[in-house]
Amino acid sequence: MTFGVLAMVRSVVVAATLSAAPAFADSVAQSPIIPAASQSRLLSIGGDVTEILDALGYSDRIVAVDSTSKYPESALKTKANVGYMRALATEGVLSVNPTAIIASLGAGPPDVVKALKASSIPYVEVPDDPTAAGVSNKIRVIGAALAQSSRADALAASVEAEFEILAKESKILTAKKRAIVILSVQNGRAIIGGANSSADAMLALAGAGNAAVGLNGFQPVSDEQLAEFAPDAVIVMRRTGEGSTKTLEAVASLTGLQSSPANRSRSVIEMDGLFLLGFGPRTPAAVRDLRSALYPDTAAPPARREP
Amino acid sequence: MSIVEYPKRAVFQTSRLAPTKILAILSATMLVTTVLSLSIGPTGISLMSLPRAIGAMLGWSDDLEAQRDRLVLLDIRLARTLLGAFVGAALAVAGATMQGLFRNPLADPGLIGVSAGAALAAIATIALSNSLLSPFAFALGAYALPFAAFFGGLGTTWLLVAVASRDGHLGVATLLLAGIAIGAIAGAASGFIAYASDDRELRDLTLWSMGSLSGASWIKVAAVVPFAVAIVLISPRLVNALNGLLLGEREAFHLGIDIEATKRWAIALSAAAVGAAVAAAGIVGFVGLVAPHVVRLMAGPDNRIVLPASALLGAILVVSADIAARMIFKPAELPLGLVMAVVGGPLFLHLIMRRGGGIGE
Repeated sequence: MTFGVLAMVRSVVVAATLSAAPAFADSVAQSPIIPAASQSRLLSIGGDVTEILDALGYSDRIVAVDSTSKYPESALKTKANVGYMRALATEGVLSVNPTAIIASLGAGPPDVVKALKASSIPYVEVPDDPTAAGVSNKIRVIGAALAQSSRADALAASVEAEFEILAKESKILTAKKRAIVILSVQNGRAIIGGANSSADAMLALAGAGNAAVGLNGFQPVSDEQLAEFAPDAVIVMRRTGEGSTKTLEAVASLTGLQSSPANRSRSVIEMDGLFLLGFGPRTPAAVRDLRSALYPDTAAPPARREP
Repeated sequence: MSIVEYPKRAVFQTSRLAPTKILAILSATMLVTTVLSLSIGPTGISLMSLPRAIGAMLGWSDDLEAQRDRLVLLDIRLARTLLGAFVGAALAVAGATMQGLFRNPLADPGLIGVSAGAALAAIATIALSNSLLSPFAFALGAYALPFAAFFGGLGTTWLLVAVASRDGHLGVATLLLAGIAIGAIAGAASGFIAYASDDRELRDLTLWSMGSLSGASWIKVAAVVPFAVAIVLISPRLVNALNGLLLGEREAFHLGIDIEATKRWAIALSAAAVGAAVAAAGIVGFVGLVAPHVVRLMAGPDNRIVLPASALLGAILVVSADIAARMIFKPAELPLGLVMAVVGGPLFLHLIMRRGGGIGE
């Protein structure tokens, strides 16, 4: 039918739930401050938002999360789940009886977000830029909304300090590797993070170049295109909470990578999706893990393993 | 157009239910479905709270509970029930009309490219709202999408009629083939845009193409009212002509029916109805096929009963599917189009296998 092509692309979408989106920082209105009395039942929408709330010690106050909130693992298991963050339902959200909603700017659809903002429940919008500065900004926005600015400032400052150390350490890297990030493999085609994607930002932070910089966002590519990228390393996503030897096998079978330097040096790195692309408080640790996996021979400080 | 007067009983008389009885049953079911749709939802607020909600609406009470009841019962559930009823009725009437026009029980508004055109415009709006179309998207805000879908559907239909007209004559076969071709072109363009979009746009495209009433609002309800009125006004004018067409185009012509006018009205009606429905709820399949089909099984092919009964049944189907969509995985919500396809697909398959009651069979 009409949607034959769309159906094909649909698979991309399912895999892409973790990735970040372009910045709309200018559209963030002045966030409301949630009064202490309304902090008892928080609805957290966005994997990064849930992680930050957890880091600020608010996980007990969260009553419900969205389906992208996969860390801490207890989040999805013990809290109500209002569904995928781009497909919220007004009444569904109201039914968990939140006293306040803290949502990523990526939440949607717009009609529902508009209706929720119009209700009497305080609605805090958290920007979602996939940058190092974006992480501390998110933390500060959430801290300000909870009237916990000092705690948030401390967390943001420690994240910033970690990023600074990482940037300093990366200076000793002389030869930059060119890598690609494979989100998933669908029907033998790899979906790869190009320019302006969260994957691209992570590669830059880890001191590597993006071999797929000619793409924009996450896109499926052909084997021939893959061969042309000829990456030095391949980073493969593991869906949070799943072991995925399957994806590794699928990547190994990609014809386009057979002749790549990555295949010859066996540089295939597997990482948890939300950890790698979430741009939350764990991002400095993810950058460190990624960098030490990319440059195993460089005498950088030992990796802090992902939790 | 009403020169033809049919014998009241002789032509379509079968052992089926009387038309008044069918309309009565469907109306009663519609009423029950509406009440259910107003009383069932993930918040658990029931219709018992209605007086309080109305009180809050009239400004008699402003305590938080009453405001919440008002929000849930009137602004959310009532709006989405009305919108769902409209979407179902519009799609079913458009389906019945297309089936009459093409004298084929499997015809669907999708055949003349309306849905593909509406989808193309909507997809372009979603994918390009941050770049090429940003002035348009900015000016219309959240209404850019429905606006685009509606005019996309209408524009495609206009193009189709322009292509298929020859000396003022619309050939049904040409119309069908051109519709398929235009639908394919629009589908290809949609696919191209989808391929070129980034992942956030893709996620929105996908969700939109699965249909949903979760964004229902009073503004959307108000926006579909003119189309509901248009359907009510146009469809009775088509009934006799479509009945004549049941006999064949030539026979209808000899009965004194203005065939060309009928075709144009039927196409205009379907384009407006489907364009508005797609604009309000995204892509919701099967209603246009299943509702008229079931009605013909119950009542026979007389369009005097098929059109109004299809409208009622379409509304019942969509409103019930929407109740399921919001309850199955509460507090999360399933896309309406998925629920409809899960229910409608097997039902339709069953109907085909029974080979019952379609036109021309």
